Amino acid sequence: MTTPSSVLVVGASAAGLSVAEALRREGFAGRVTLLGAERHLPYDRPPLSKKVLSGAFKPEQTLLRPESALAKLDVEFVLGDPAIRLDAAAREVTTASGRSLRADVIVLATGLEVRRLPGQEAWAGVHVLRTVDDTLALRADLLTGPRVVVAGDGVLGTEIAATARGMGLEVTVVGPQSAPLASQLGLQVGGYLAKLHTDQGVALRLGIGVQELCGAEGRVTGVRLANGEVLPADVVVVAIGSRPAIGWLAGSGLTLADGIVCDSRCQAAAGIYAVGDVAWWHHEGLGTGVRLENRTNAVEQAMAVAANILGKDRPYTPVPYFWTDQYDAKIQVHGFVPADAEVAIVEGDPALRQFVALYGSRGKVTGVLGWNMVKQTRQHRQHVVDGTAWDAVRALAVPQ
Amino acid sequence: MRVVVDLEKCCGAGQCVLLAPKVFDQRDDGIVILLDASPPKELHAAVREAATVCPGAAITLEEGQ
Ligand SMILES: Cc1cc2nc3c(=O)[nH]c(=O)nc-3n(C[C@H](O)[C@H](O)[C@H](O)COP(=O)(O)OP(=O)(O)OC[C@H]3O[C@@H](n4cnc5c(N)ncnc54)[C@H](O)[C@@H]3O)c2cc1C
Ligand code: SF4
Repeated sequence: MTTPSSVLVVGASAAGLSVAEALRREGFAGRVTLLGAERHLPYDRPPLSKKVLSGAFKPEQTLLRPESALAKLDVEFVLGDPAIRLDAAAREVTTASGRSLRADVIVLATGLEVRRLPGQEAWAGVHVLRTVDDTLALRADLLTGPRVVVAGDGVLGTEIAATARGMGLEVTVVGPQSAPLASQLGLQVGGYLAKLHTDQGVALRLGIGVQELCGAEGRVTGVRLANGEVLPADVVVVAIGSRPAIGWLAGSGLTLADGIVCDSRCQAAAGIYAVGDVAWWHHEGLGTGVRLENRTNAVEQAMAVAANILGKDRPYTPVPYFWTDQYDAKIQVHGFVPADAEVAIVEGDPALRQFVALYGSRGKVTGVLGWNMVKQTRQHRQHVVDGTAWDAVRALAVPQ
Repeated sequence: MRVVVDLEKCCGAGQCVLLAPKVFDQRDDGIVILLDASPPKELHAAVREAATVCPGAAITLEEGQ
């Protein structure tokens, strides 16, 4: 493959910016354009639900790179102008304002869009959290109302609950799972997280979904659960999940499913790549397609995509990593937690809120989770890399 | 090359330690410890990768002095 002379990246956030940086680091001297729907320079999302919502960080502290570093990158930023159409064969993108951008290679990095409850726009006091603007609006409302209902028992919902509780609010979390984060961490560790939240004074209403929002005079007054019960609220946060931002790609000729479908090189079509939360690619190590929604993947996949754009022809086979910070708990996960995984505690003690758990499936270690045990977690990550036999791990398990 | 770390932004991921253990370590709470603010040339590539991968955008490099 010949080196392209221009690259257009759609989506100017963690993944998109990282592609531009990796291209430059590898010596790419052609034209690079970053097109973004938001009007902000690239900023970081993980602090939003933590330090920005709590007020510990000013929004400017989330900027991924200082302006001086962005200037040195020699990248053209086109911000506040979402892409609305892609012609994959012509490698041309049309934007909402009517721009037409063409490049030899196009990288799709549009991330996720949040799911909302039907009719939620009708009521003031109802929020989602994906952008810095969302976060500032939610924070302003949290500073006025004492009762908060968080609809959603995933990572985002529980982080927001922890932050709101830390701000002294009365918080209730509603969600369909029997433990928070059960689908990400399994039932056992989800149970430890439930205990952490109830010990901190958060009310958990689990195993039930929000049916609808209730309101009066333009403002939300509560949520109605699937069993008819109404939980009163001054502020409602809707954190019921997100989906890949691919609506604008309908008719582009790309294959779309739960994300932009790519091969093991993260290539969706000739000269078109996808990266970050929006990319569904074939993971050769696992032998199946995956899509990851985490901060480290955004950068690591960007490095793989940049290398492939420059002709390296390298499959992307990461050991995924994500973390969440809730109250004083730093929870870190390397690898995968399949739904059928067995759990073995190999360090520490969950009752003391310091432990390392290994997850195993089909006879092998697939993941490691650490709870306030940073170094030990990093050491046990090697079991995931090596795919250590599960029988050997059982011998390491600390009796509970 | 000079390495600067922002302890407030560091989220304790430890990617830096995995990539460049001679330059970075972590405290018990995960926050980064800078072992060598002017690492030797043979470590520069690994340090650059750590600065890129760091999910807290907490590592900045001043290059070329
Ligand atoms: C509140 C919050 C907390 C998080 N906490 C953690 C955490 O603790 N740990 C962790 O590992 N991960 C966390 N994540 C996940 C992490 O932030 C994401 O994995 C990461 O941001 C993905 O980067 P991305 O660039 O792929 O997508 P995004 O960051 O979503 O960026 C996509 C960008 O594309 C833009 N865009 C969308 N459509 C278009 C269009 N049509 N045209 C142009 N631009 C478009 C969007 O405006 C956006 O700026 C968190 C996410 C959120 C929202
Ligand atoms: S990689 Fe970044 S966030 Fe993680 S420990 Fe190192 S400096 Fe901190």
